[in-house]
Amino acid sequence: MSANAHNDAHGHDVHHELGVAHGSMRSYMTGFILSVILTAVPFWLVMSGKIGNPTWTAAIVMAFAVVQIVVHMIYFLHMNFKSEGGWNMLALVFTLIVVGIAMAGSLWVMYHLNTNMMPGAHDMRQML
Amino acid sequence: MSTTVTATSEAPVFYEVDEHPHPEGHSTALGFWIYLMSDCLIFAILFATFGVLGGNYAAGPGPRDLFDLNLVALNTTMLLLSSITYGFAMLAMDKERVKATQVWLVITGLFGLAFLSIELYEFHHMIAEGAGPQRSAFLSAFFTLVGTHGLHVTFGIIWLVTLLVQVQKRGLILANKRRLMCLSMFWHFLDVVWIGVFTFVYLLGMLR
Repeated sequence: MSANAHNDAHGHDVHHELGVAHGSMRSYMTGFILSVILTAVPFWLVMSGKIGNPTWTAAIVMAFAVVQIVVHMIYFLHMNFKSEGGWNMLALVFTLIVVGIAMAGSLWVMYHLNTNMMPGAHDMRQML
Repeated sequence: MSTTVTATSEAPVFYEVDEHPHPEGHSTALGFWIYLMSDCLIFAILFATFGVLGGNYAAGPGPRDLFDLNLVALNTTMLLLSSITYGFAMLAMDKERVKATQVWLVITGLFGLAFLSIELYEFHHMIAEGAGPQRSAFLSAFFTLVGTHGLHVTFGIIWLVTLLVQVQKRGLILANKRRLMCLSMFWHFLDVVWIGVFTFVYLLGMLR
């Protein structure tokens, strides 16, 4: 790398040097307002019991959480496909896959284990 | 710079002869991100444990008896506010305003402390009622998951104080900016985990 380019990297492109895109006032405030809404609505839904059906409430609350996590990732953690040449996103996707397998697998296996080990769930005489 | 392979090269080049420039800390952000992802796995396993054990009350108190959603909402507000004030600190850092950066960092730390105090109050209240971690599998999983998050916030605050001292002593040098950037990722990451906690543990717990 030439001396000129090196100076340039130190001179004005500190963000690039740190390897992370920084937000602006506008993006932080957008993220904050969205987060407030995305937090307040699920709390209100559960506390007021506006939707009678708990299953539906749970599904909506979880959907809000997923959206809020994405909002935080974009506006606060400044995730995009370009930072660190895409390696950040690759690490994130890999982690999400592992997390998905671990969570879904644990819940699935343990649910079936619980159901099938329950006394009386199966006819015990069949086993004798 | 590095060796460039052009179409006119005689033989294929399988390795680069010249050394690349490695400016100090050029890969810190990626390395720290990978650390956060490994931390994410810890939390995922704790969430899975809670998901499996969350219904085993051992005839003890359940979420409806123990959780106060008003308190959780207040706690969530504290953490969310600390996230945005950390964002303001980063913006001040970008503009090289040392004093403003320090002030926003102190405010962030105070919100973090408020969060911890409320959480410890909640824990104390539950343990005093006899709903400690040894009461049931549900409570063991609850204290492990929420406690691990709280421990992360504690270490975040210690780190924050350390950086305040560093910035006071040396100003906003490149190394300090890098450290502040890492803590910013850590802090926002904890807020992301908290979204999972208040949704999965508290809100869904109340619906069980």
